Amino acid sequence: MAATISWERFRGAGAKLTTPLHPDDYLRLINPLWSQRELRGRIEEVRPETDDAATLVIRPGWGWRYDHKPGQYVGIGVQVDGRFQWRSYSVSSPPRRDGRTITITVRAMPEGKLSSHLVNGLAPGTIVRLALPEGDFVLPEPPPAKMLFLVGGSGVTPVMAMLRTLDRRARADSTAMPDVVMHYSSPTPERMIFRDELDRLEREHEHLTVHRLHTDTEGMLDLADLDHICPDWRERETYACGPAPMLDGITEHFEQAGLGEHLHLERFSLELGGDGGEGGTITFRTSGKSVEVDGATTVLEAGEEAGVGMPYGCRMGICHTCTLTLVSGTVRDLRNGEEFNQPNEQVQTCVTAAVGECTLDI
Amino acid sequence: MAISDVQEYTHLTDEEVEQLGRELDAVRAEIEESRGDSDAAYINRLIRIQRYLAVAGRITLLVGTQGRRTRVPAAVAGATLLGLHKILENMEIGHNVMHGQWDWMNDPEIHSSNWEWDTAQPAEQWKHSHNYVHHQFTNVLGYDNDIGYGVLRMAREQKWSPANLGQPVYNALLATLFQWGVALHDLDIERIRKGEKDPKEMKRQLRQILRKGRNQVLKDYVVYPALAGKQWRTVLVANATSNLMRNLWSYMIIFCGHFPDGAMHFTEEEIEDETRAEWYLRQMLGSANFTGGPLLHVMSGNLGFQIEHHLFPDLPSNRYAEISVRVRELCEKYDLPYTTGPLHRQYGQALRTIMKLSLPNKMTSSDQPEPPTPSRDRKRKTDAERPPRRKELGGWMRSAS
Repeated sequence: MAATISWERFRGAGAKLTTPLHPDDYLRLINPLWSQRELRGRIEEVRPETDDAATLVIRPGWGWRYDHKPGQYVGIGVQVDGRFQWRSYSVSSPPRRDGRTITITVRAMPEGKLSSHLVNGLAPGTIVRLALPEGDFVLPEPPPAKMLFLVGGSGVTPVMAMLRTLDRRARADSTAMPDVVMHYSSPTPERMIFRDELDRLEREHEHLTVHRLHTDTEGMLDLADLDHICPDWRERETYACGPAPMLDGITEHFEQAGLGEHLHLERFSLELGGDGGEGGTITFRTSGKSVEVDGATTVLEAGEEAGVGMPYGCRMGICHTCTLTLVSGTVRDLRNGEEFNQPNEQVQTCVTAAVGECTLDI
Repeated sequence: MAISDVQEYTHLTDEEVEQLGRELDAVRAEIEESRGDSDAAYINRLIRIQRYLAVAGRITLLVGTQGRRTRVPAAVAGATLLGLHKILENMEIGHNVMHGQWDWMNDPEIHSSNWEWDTAQPAEQWKHSHNYVHHQFTNVLGYDNDIGYGVLRMAREQKWSPANLGQPVYNALLATLFQWGVALHDLDIERIRKGEKDPKEMKRQLRQILRKGRNQVLKDYVVYPALAGKQWRTVLVANATSNLMRNLWSYMIIFCGHFPDGAMHFTEEEIEDETRAEWYLRQMLGSANFTGGPLLHVMSGNLGFQIEHHLFPDLPSNRYAEISVRVRELCEKYDLPYTTGPLHRQYGQALRTIMKLSLPNKMTSSDQPEPPTPSRDRKRKTDAERPPRRKELGGWMRSAS
């Protein structure tokens, strides 16, 4: 700890030489990863997994902590046509405190400009921006004794991080892996990401059972079949990740069985709950623009509508790229209803809405 | 003569003014559409060059001055490198980034909302006094504080007072200490003088200026000289020289923006109910360009394209050169003046105005050019020139009866 403080102090002293810039702004001329102004990473390797999916091995730069929980996702920002585009992907590698790299696995979506770019267009050596891991879809500590993973398509990635963590621990302690049943749907065997690794894990761990379903030939999973696939599913903690219709069906099935509390979901989109704001007039001080909005419109959307060049990243409250200074007024976080009203407070514009009049510094 | 109605001044009809506005909007849309990798590479390359210049300058001064034989050349080279770094940072990078020219890249490290430039003026205050006040109310008397910066009389409409006799001196001081003049700009000396300034706001601004200014002063005049040990005096002088270089250069470039002959002033009547197209027109008439090669334009933050910058303050500066071709064509099409000339002539005219206006109006003559006269082919046609009107009575006459 003492070393950390003196390092920070050293950097603080360096700032006297570089003001108004940060020493990092110069250090990254030597090595692009030596900056923590914005988290960065270098693409070390792009490993094809299937025809349309690849694993990116990323070496994060300064400021990264390798303590993500298995199942969490990170934001990745890539400059396409000069512009940073952001998406979030689950980390597929297990957390390691002594780690040097993380991996994410990406499937190129049809019409998905960025995902195709990540899978096909990213050369090793490219510097990308990163956002710290977030998400509640994680392997609990200690892991439940009996688990069920219901996975569809690229929804396998967070679950893979969990499986790899369980696998690593079992090896390290020479103990058995907890009782895990996994049901993995994929259109065809060829499109099944991590197919070989899952085969291997299944061979090595007697308590791991993997059911594979090729939906192009065998049809979708009928949840009524769960009683055959995994007769004791009611006794398990269940983790589900995949396309939205699949997750909706699973939620309904579990709620009907009165097991909603034992189901954990990962959706790849933002759900803004909360009460919403009350709406009002948002003024963008520097650009001299203002706009009238309702309580469901985020400050970011309002700014874009008013023609203000708003910074944005993940648009779901993780990467903090969109953070601006709230000069006056109140905004409400649409995720949890929390209000921010301190003068000159930093707010995330992509997940907050106006409560009455407010002014932002941009 | 200050203009109270640009439309009347330029002899354009309502429709023509709006048409001009639409054509400029189209230029803007086209540039916005075409921003991409090469523009992003441009600003990133420039930032890299500027930071290398800074490092090279500092190291040259710290190391080079230690040897007896290398002391003087190192001091000269170091001061020059630092001066270039400060000029690039303030003009082509800082000024333009804070305008939001690079916000489209969505890169928080190169974004108007959090760029802090390498000068005493806090970015927040600059964005208010410059981006808002100056760019919105360009050359409107009583609104735009950039007409003389509260210390110089730059328009014949501004009332003369005996204090103006000192203008040559104020001007020299402003040029030398330009960084500090800019730092105090948003305080709005005019309003403080009139007692209109909110004291709480003034205190907050002063604290902000003090904090930033202190860091700037410490860096150049304490920390780096201290690091040079015995040669502290050489480094201090070199740093001061680099600041002076930047001050004189940016002062000169900025005075070429709105003070050469041909850049018009406006009264507040002009901005009443001003449309977007009329705002464009006022920006064109109120600004002046200067000519030069690519290097000169980069070193002056592309403000040699002041007219284009005022029309599109938030389009990337590296595109102003190509925009200027289009704007010139439009000026010819609509018979509008397009003020430009070599740098020395443009600055010479500004300097002459400073000197002249230190005296009362009756002792000097105006240098502003005559309003443009419409060329023959754009003039409204007389009845004799028009095709004959339809003489026969059409069907509508019969049906009406």
